[in-house]
Amino acid sequence: MGTNLLIILIAAMLVNNIVLTKFLGLCPFVGVSRKLSTAAGMAGAVIFVMTLATIITWLIQEYVLKVYDLLYLRTIVFILVIAALVQMVEIIVKKVSPPLYQALGIYLPLITTNCAILGVAILAADTVEFGLLEATVFAIGNGLGFALAIILFSAIREKLDLNDVPEGMEGVPIAFVVATILSLAFMGFAGLA
Amino acid sequence: MAEQKTNRLQIFLKGIIKENPTFVMLLGLCPTLGTTTSAINGMGMGLATLFVLTMSNLVISLIAPYIPDKVRIPSYIVVIASFVTIVDLTLHAYAPELYKALGIFIPLIVVNCIILGRAEAFASKNGVLDSILDGLGVGLGFTLSLTVLGAVREILGSGKIFGLNLHIYQGDGILVFVLAPGAFLVLAYMIALGQKLKKRMYDE
Repeated sequence: MGTNLLIILIAAMLVNNIVLTKFLGLCPFVGVSRKLSTAAGMAGAVIFVMTLATIITWLIQEYVLKVYDLLYLRTIVFILVIAALVQMVEIIVKKVSPPLYQALGIYLPLITTNCAILGVAILAADTVEFGLLEATVFAIGNGLGFALAIILFSAIREKLDLNDVPEGMEGVPIAFVVATILSLAFMGFAGLA
Repeated sequence: MAEQKTNRLQIFLKGIIKENPTFVMLLGLCPTLGTTTSAINGMGMGLATLFVLTMSNLVISLIAPYIPDKVRIPSYIVVIASFVTIVDLTLHAYAPELYKALGIFIPLIVVNCIILGRAEAFASKNGVLDSILDGLGVGLGFTLSLTVLGAVREILGSGKIFGLNLHIYQGDGILVFVLAPGAFLVLAYMIALGQKLKKRMYDE
């Protein structure tokens, strides 16, 4: 049982890295990765919301949608739940823990449109053999995978700012070349699972 | 009247080149990279997005005046999600192969920032006809970009275009272009090409 969960965690984090092999969550990956500190803040917010959202949507899928045969409404229900959840998390964190709000606050609204959150919720709900525990671990693994990718990427981009870049390649294109190399590196994990 | 016509043409055309959602605005990157393993998959994704974009622009431009400002984003999302569900069910029934190839990216059209972006920036402020044209133009720009990206990756990766063998490789193609790293690399050079051309145009 324990090893099974460990395999889910490693597979979600490294082998099927959500950003570099599944192409989810690219907007924040490119948009907020210019500085290491903002990237770390975004990563924290994503791990937190992704885990919560996956748990809640899994419960809804299992105990509401499946019971009442409403699976065709899933896309609508999930996105609304996630949007409401993000709002709620923002309000609660602001009230309960101002320091945490200071760290994550500005990243929370951006997360509603982060396709990684909805993507992981759907993937977890689609995998038939996942129980609640497995789905949770899967979400945590994917969150950690996102964190790993965006933190590595932003650290490289900070260094990149100091270098000469060929004309036309400045800015986004050279960042995508870096992403290419990172993605190649992550392909090396394919043998793990 | 003539002026109005050119305006309408501009609304339609600007999404294709000048404000191309993929190569210029860098929006909707996830489906751009995730579904362009071949030209036909890219085109399918583009057309699915085009449909959702045009229809949601149409509906939102009609209902926008009656929606209170505070709940407008959730309302737009419900409209978009409804059309995504229609596309999802239709593809599942009539194009099962494409449905399988696009996989999770079909429900994820909901969070494609191009659609919500056009709803918020254009459809909520303009008339029905203009909004439809805007949706068609931007959607077509997106479809073209995805088809081109998919075609380049398919040619380099397997020596085929739309499944037709071009016989440029003796064995298999350069497989990496069909895999994840190739998507990033091809997009990087496409954007670089766009930047270079833009610079040259401004210099002259």
